[in-house]
This record gives sequence, structure tokens and C-alpha cells, in this order.
Amino acid sequence: MSEWLEKQLPKLVLAPSFVAILIFVYGFIGWTAWVSFTKSKLLPRYDIVGLIQYDRLFVSPRWDVAFSNLFIFGFLFIVISMLLGLLLAILLDQKIRTEGIIRTIYLYPMALSLIVTGTAWKWILNPGLGLEAMLRSWGWESFSFNWLVDPNMAIYTVVIAGVWQASGFVMALFLAGLRSVDDEIIKAAQVDGIPTWRIYLSIILPSMAAIFLSAFIVLAHLSIKSFDLVVALTGGGPGYATDLPATYMYTMAFSRGDIGQAASSAMIMMAVVFAIVVPYLYSELRARND
Amino acid sequence: MTELNSKYADSGYIQKLILRSLLFLLLGIFAVYYLMPLFIMVTTSLKSLEEIRTGSLIDLPREVTFAAWKTAWSGACTGIQCEGLRPFFWNSVLLAVPAVIISTLIGALNGYVIAQWRFKGANLIFSLMLFGCFIPFQVVLLPMARVLGIINLAGSISGLVFVHVIYGIGFTTLFFRNYYVSIPVELVKAAKIDGANFFRIFISIFLPLSLPIIVVTVIWQFTQIWNDFLFGVSFSEAGTQPVTVALNNIVNSTTGVKEYNVDMAAAIIAALPTLLVYVVAGKYFIRGLTAGSVKG
Amino acid sequence: MSTILEIKNLHKDFGSLNILNSINVSIEEGDFLVLVGPSGCGKSTLLNCIAGLEPITSGAIAIDGRDMTTVSPKDRDIAMVFQSYALYPTMTVGQNITFGMKVRGIEKNEREEKLLKVAKQLQIESLINRRPGQLSGGQRQRVAMGRALVRDPKLFLFDEPLSNLDAKLRVEMRTEIKKLHQNLNASMVYVTHDQIEAMTLATKIVVMKGGIVQQIGTPSEIYNRPSNLFVADFMGSPAMNLIPAKVTNNGKGTKFTIARSHGEPLILFDDNITKLPENVVLGLRPEDIGDANLRKGDKLQISTCSVDVVEPAGADTYVLINLGGKEVTARLQAETAAQTGMEMAFTFNMDKVSYFNAKTGQRLN
Repeated sequence: MSEWLEKQLPKLVLAPSFVAILIFVYGFIGWTAWVSFTKSKLLPRYDIVGLIQYDRLFVSPRWDVAFSNLFIFGFLFIVISMLLGLLLAILLDQKIRTEGIIRTIYLYPMALSLIVTGTAWKWILNPGLGLEAMLRSWGWESFSFNWLVDPNMAIYTVVIAGVWQASGFVMALFLAGLRSVDDEIIKAAQVDGIPTWRIYLSIILPSMAAIFLSAFIVLAHLSIKSFDLVVALTGGGPGYATDLPATYMYTMAFSRGDIGQAASSAMIMMAVVFAIVVPYLYSELRARND
Repeated sequence: MTELNSKYADSGYIQKLILRSLLFLLLGIFAVYYLMPLFIMVTTSLKSLEEIRTGSLIDLPREVTFAAWKTAWSGACTGIQCEGLRPFFWNSVLLAVPAVIISTLIGALNGYVIAQWRFKGANLIFSLMLFGCFIPFQVVLLPMARVLGIINLAGSISGLVFVHVIYGIGFTTLFFRNYYVSIPVELVKAAKIDGANFFRIFISIFLPLSLPIIVVTVIWQFTQIWNDFLFGVSFSEAGTQPVTVALNNIVNSTTGVKEYNVDMAAAIIAALPTLLVYVVAGKYFIRGLTAGSVKG
Repeated sequence: MSTILEIKNLHKDFGSLNILNSINVSIEEGDFLVLVGPSGCGKSTLLNCIAGLEPITSGAIAIDGRDMTTVSPKDRDIAMVFQSYALYPTMTVGQNITFGMKVRGIEKNEREEKLLKVAKQLQIESLINRRPGQLSGGQRQRVAMGRALVRDPKLFLFDEPLSNLDAKLRVEMRTEIKKLHQNLNASMVYVTHDQIEAMTLATKIVVMKGGIVQQIGTPSEIYNRPSNLFVADFMGSPAMNLIPAKVTNNGKGTKFTIARSHGEPLILFDDNITKLPENVVLGLRPEDIGDANLRKGDKLQISTCSVDVVEPAGADTYVLINLGGKEVTARLQAETAAQTGMEMAFTFNMDKVSYFNAKTGQRLN
């Protein structure tokens, strides 16, 4: 092989992936952005007309619901998953002999497709035959749990299923973080007479700041992408009460034949992700290269 | 690590016992919380529709029947076809195997280049690829649909493989790059002096070292691709749908009587491969999950 | 004897940062060249340039008369031993040593033959089927050397190979390397930050600082006639005493006045030198300052000094005295009667003194 070729080989090997990313990630984002400024309906048109699609988006009642659902669901999903994950991690940190088995049990939901999770919880929360019926048959006659079909409460069922799926992962992350604290610091604190709960609060938790951030980023990312779960659990319903930007976009793109709306809603999703992830990536890469 | 009971070590064996019991109780409750849906899925799938309607959610089946499983596998309706999950299960296999292999291989080579053959701009390229992992895929659905049409791969399994490879490269590169970065750069220097070239060094020195990360990457990619729904539902047609799409079709089909037992059986069938992988190689799976986020 | 390595006007920049500046060194076949200096001085970079692992900005490197500007590392006929040994972790010792031959397409029988020969030489025959992870530091070092030996190269390059070993092992391996050099009459270029290694192993030393060559010479030259203050201070243990002095020229030679914290300044004479600047630094090694009661010689100048600290060290006793504002170390025989606080007569061997310009640090004699 010629000298020049050998020297360039690393670059040549990386090039196809790089070009692919340029086209299929950044190029496509550009395409979608472009289309979001046009009057495209069933087929894309490329003449830019301005912010008309975004105007339509922001006055659409369905988008309103979808967008606010994102924050309701996102907030609850992230906070509850983190709290639950933290609690479980602290519990598991107490030197249990069967830790391995328990960890396996807590984590396996992450291995499931969200469609499977949605299907399972759809059945469990089924008003007539699921949880509600069961508790009623146990004597709790007045128990009602028809959240699944209640437009006001349906979004919370998505939270329940989502937390079930993801909290194990958060627990695994936090457990690793708890264990990465230097043993000697803990011993020093114990010798100093500091109570255990205080050790957790003042020494261990603060040192896990980076992991909290990581968990937050991953959960935030998961919630923005939540599409499968809603489709399987509620189908976006009742009506569009559990719509999220992801399902809104899909409906617009493939059922309604309104590509302009699909593009603009996708760009909004992109913007939200961007606002969260970019500062994080920037600080991470900076810290690594120092 | 910190023992919740250290403070009480001296003040009573009883207190220690109580706290420990509380701990196990809590752990037990949560174990039930996580296992319950799986339990319910299994039991429901083994019941007849009669039992489901008359019994309660968590009852064990009075009469175990595998009829629902048979239907789920070969008779359930996924739209106009009523062939069960079997053909779609096979679609997922045809999709996942090549996609996992190709994306892992490309990720390994990319990670090798970025970690060991640093050149100007390599880090920039890596950052750009990394960012690509984080985008919501909704933003590429439309243009990808068009491109697949143009290159004549629309609605085909090859098209899906293509999509999964492209969007999997970011993660696989990340995994391998983080792994290879910790291999001392003098190894490559010594090999260069020994006369090995770029590919020889990769094959003779790096690949043999890479088993742990290959396992992690393969497990991660397989789980992601098998469980995917968004790409599956956007880019396939009736005959080429993966098993997740077929499952959703079965469960949400509006025709006929709702057969909950079939739904559950179908869900379990769809979940079995990744569940099995998790049970067998779970610790590598966890390593893969935390590798990207904690960036070890 | 041919010139085996010639480096001419080597410059290396990394972006806007200058790493190596105007390096000119050459060695003959059989030489043991040591590149020594503090960390960051560029010695490892220079070694990597010789190996072809790093590009140079300008200048030329020639190995055995061949210009290496366009030659890749594998064609330079060199072998390199790294600080971390860089053994291929998934290969056995035998595979590690024969990998290079395998790549070059050498027949299995020949590979086995050469492997056994080298293994015997380094006494690692019993380790041939082990993996690097199963070996101790010293054994790994030998395997790394085996990999280099088996290439039978024109030039051996060593990049701080002993830095990862504990002190005792380091001394053992140092002797091994020296014996290897003598037995093979091989040409070696060796990088280290340890000046003791440099002094014991080298036939020629290059002292570097900040990417610039400070001095090139034999160990004896470097030790006895350091070319500037940096080399004087860096090489030799304990370090050379560097004493500031004021110069006055009398008719026949030079008079040096060294201030002291208490009492009269110390006066020394040197009739063999004139025309020194007003402020100089006197360089005297500890062994050139002695106990006047024990050391006799009419070339030695005697002066009384006050003893600050006494440090018995077995065969010698180190005594610290204060001169010119500096702590000066004198190496006395163990029989000395020196005591802390006492005034004692010391001998100063002006035959071995080095003079340095106080401002530029350059050697004046």
C-alpha cells in the first residue's frame, strides 16, 4: 500500500460514518427544518413561506394538550423515577446477600420493549377487568381506577408505566454512584461520630452530582422520545388526551398527510432536546479534554 | 458501604433485627411491584377467556390452557392477515441480526480510529456523532421515508436494517471509543515498529482484547433494535413489519372480541428474546447501560 | 567505525509550540547514547522522532548513512523498548517476541530458532507460554527486551525502561542492560530522567532542557566540566556546589571573595585564570572540599569555616557549611572530627573548580 494511502487510512475508515451522520442526521434535520417553513401537506413543497406551520401549531388545541402533556409527564416521570431509583439504590447498598437477584428483578423491565410494557399495563389498568375489578372483588366496592379512559387522568397512567420501566435503570446508575465514593471518607466520617443519614445527605449525595445529571439527561431524553409507550398504552387517547409531541408528529405525518405540521412539531421536539443536551455535552467534553 | 445499622450496633440486637427486617420487607414489596406485571401477563395468557371475565386479575389459572399461545403464535390477526406473530418474529430476526453485526463492526473500527489514531478533527467528528445519538428520531422520519423510497428500499427489511445501522453507529462508536481510549498508545507504537499496519494492529491486537465491549455492544444494540417500534411502524409495510409492530396490531385491533389472553401471550413472545438475553447476560447489559451515561 | 546515527539541525514544532530546537547529535557504532533531562525537556519526543513515530518540522535524521525523512518506523531497522513495556496483552511471551517476524513473513522454523536464542540470552525460556499479565515487572522488562533483540536492529531505542521498577530491581536491570550492550556491541539510544542511570550506562550523554541541547559529552566530561549552571546542578549526586563569588584580578591571577553570614569572607585564589567577569559562580563538587586534618596536598587551599550540619553516611560524612549565602556540601572521610557549630579547616581543590558567568550561566573555563 502506498505511503500516502497508509497515512490517510484512519481518516478514510472514519469517513463513511462521518458522511452518513452528516447526511442522515444533520442533513435530515436541515430538511425537516426547511419543510417546517413551507406549506407542505401530503407532499413536501420547498418554497419557504415563513412561520405559518408554527402559528398553526401553537393555536392547535391538540398540540396544546400534547405539549403540556410533555411537561406533565416529563416532570413526574423524571422526578418519581429518580426518587424511587435513589431509594432503591440506598436500600440495596446495605450489603444484602441476595443483591444480585434483587437487582436483576428491579432492572428487567428495561429489557422489554415499550410496546410490551404498554400492553401489560393497559391490561392491568383495564377498568372492567383489571386492577379496579380486582380490588372491588376483594370488598373495596367503591374503588374506582378508570384513569385509563378518563381524559383528565389518562396521562398519569403513562407515568405509572414509564416509572415501572425506567426506575430500575436509575437505581443501577445510582447504586454505582453510591459505591464509587471512597470508603475511607465514609470511615473517617463514622469515626468522627457523624450519623449515617447525615453521611448520606452531606457527603455521599453531593458527590453524586454528576450521576444525578446523567440520570436526568437520560430520563429527559426518554420522555421526549416516548412514543411506543403511549401508542401501546392509550393510543394517544381517550381522544387525544394522552398525546405527546411524538405521537402528534406521527399522526400528522402518516395519518393526516400534513407534512408541514409534522415537520414543525418535530423541530419543536428537536429544540427541547437541544436545549437540554447541548449544555450537558459541552461541559462533559470540555471536562474530558482538559 | 455504609450500614444503616452501624449506629445501632451497640444499642441492641433487637433494634438491629427490626431494622433489617424492615429493609427486607421494603425490598420485598418493590420486588413484587416489579414482578407483578410479568406474573399477571403469564397467568392471564394461560387462562381461558371465561376465566378472565369471571375471575380476578391476580388469580392463578384454574385450568391451564395453551390455546392463547397457539393463537398468538400462528392465528392472531394483525390487520388483514391472521397468521399470528410467527412471520413477524422472523422479520425481527432478519432485521436484528444483520443490523447488530454491521453496526457493531463499524462502531469498533470507528472507536479504534478515534481512540488510537488521533488526527486533527477526530474529536470534532466524534462530538458530532455523539450528538447524533441524542436527537429525537421524529426529526428524521420524513426525509428518511423519502430517501428510502428513492433508493428503492421503502417498506423492506433491508431498508430497516439500513436505518438501524445508520442511527446505531453513534452509540456503538461511543462504546468502543471509550473502551479503546484506556488501552495505552505505546501498544500501537510497538506494533508499528514491528511492522504491523492499520488493519493488522486492529485484528491481531485490538480485537482479541475487545470481547467485553463487543458483548456489551451486541446486547445493547440487539435490545434497542428488537424493541424498536418507531422505525418499524414508519418504514415497514404489512408483510415486513417487525414483531413489535405486529404485537401492537394484535392488541389494538378493532375487529372481533378482545382476547386478552392472546394479547398477553403475544406480548410475552415478543419480549422473550430480549428478556432471555437479559437473564443470561444481564451484568453485561447493565454495564452497557451505565457505560454511556456514566462514561466510565 | 561508522556513524550509526546522525541528527542534523532538528527542529520540531507542535502548532505554535516549539518542542525541539537545533538538535545536532551523532554517534558511532557501539555507542551508548543517553538523552537525559527533566520532564518536559523533549527527550522522549526526540527518541520518537528517531524512531519515526513522530514527524519532524525541519532538519534531518540519518541511520547508518541512510536519510530517514521518508522512511516509516518499520523500515528503519530499529527496535524500541517502552517504559510500560507495551507487551501485547492477549499474546504469549513467545508470540509477543515473534510477532514482528510473523508480520514480515519469516518462516515458522526460523522464528522458533530466533525466539529460543533470545530467550536463552535473557533467561526467559520458562516463560515462553505465559501471558504478560502473569509476569512480574522485571520479567516483562526482559520480554520487552527480547522483542527488541530478536530484530537484530542497527539501533536500540529505550524510552525510560526502568522507571516502572522498584529501586532494587532498577539497579539489577541497569547492570543487565550494560552487560547486553557490552556483549552485543550494540548501538543504543536511551532516554531517562535519572542522572545516575545516565552516568553509569552512557558512553555519550546529551543533557537537554526546554527542547535545547545543553551539553554533549562523555560522562566524565559532563561530570567534571559541565558547560553551564543547569548541567552542573542537574548531573551528579549530590549536586555540585554552586557558590557565588566576587572577582578581583591581582597581578598574577584571580582572587575570589565569597561572602559569609558571620565573620570574614572566604578568600580563594586561582593563578591559572584571568579575565573573569566581576560576578562568577564557583562550581565545586562535594568531594573537592575536604577536612584539612585528614587531607594533605600542596595544591589544596585551606580556609576555616563554621560547620552547620553533620550527616554521617557510612563511608563518608557529609558536612554543610554556609558560603556565599548557599548551603555548601563537603564530602569528608568518615574519620573526620567535624561537629556542628565548630570552626574547622577545610581544603578546597581549585584544580577541579568550574567557573560560571553569574548572569548567563555559561562556563568560563
